[in-house]
Amino acid sequence: MTIDVLYFAWLRERIGTPREQVETSARTVRDLIAELAARDDWHAAAFADLGAVRCALDQQLSELDAALDGVREVAFFPPMTGG
Amino acid sequence: MTSPIMRARVQSAGFDLATELAGFGTGAGAVVTFTGVVRDDSGRMAALEIEHYPGMTERALNDYGQQAASRFGLADWRIVHRHGRLAVGEPIMMVATAARHRRAAFDAADYLMDWLKSRAPFWKREIGRDGTACWVDAKASDETALSRW
Repeated sequence: MTIDVLYFAWLRERIGTPREQVETSARTVRDLIAELAARDDWHAAAFADLGAVRCALDQQLSELDAALDGVREVAFFPPMTGG
Repeated sequence: MTSPIMRARVQSAGFDLATELAGFGTGAGAVVTFTGVVRDDSGRMAALEIEHYPGMTERALNDYGQQAASRFGLADWRIVHRHGRLAVGEPIMMVATAARHRRAAFDAADYLMDWLKSRAPFWKREIGRDGTACWVDAKASDETALSRW
């Protein structure tokens, strides 16, 4: 399946792009992260500390163990600092 | 109670509290507003840059607002949150809540702020007067505050 992957804040800076399209058969967010982190040093650096990574699936906050069934858009970002 | 219209806005432009409150909460006994302002704790900050997730941000703010409306029985509510570059002293965001009695209005505003702090997709970066940029870390105390609800 093809998924749009979005990055925000320092994840975007480390990876060097705000979004990319990936072809993947990953079943969960964690599987997808493992695939992405294996791509190059920049992705590996962005995903080095998963305790500092949050995600949204189709624009809904989600857990890293969530399944990717039917998901079109995955976003990765650090803990949010609104308000 | 609240109709399903969008009562949350995300914008780069400033906002005027009086304009936002015109006609707000008509007939309610209590209106509470909170405004967040860019502050400079280090004495070396020039501005704050706020990044967000277009599409998701508006949806999340409206979801949290509707949750607050139903939980606290609000007559009305508003959220305005800015993004982009904001100078020290500029307003960042506001929430307004209207209810029959003050306790519900205060609690709903407090609840919304706790959700916005750590569950709305915004990321702040401090820009120093020397041009350096530094992402603001999320605070553990914000997470603790959210767990109160």
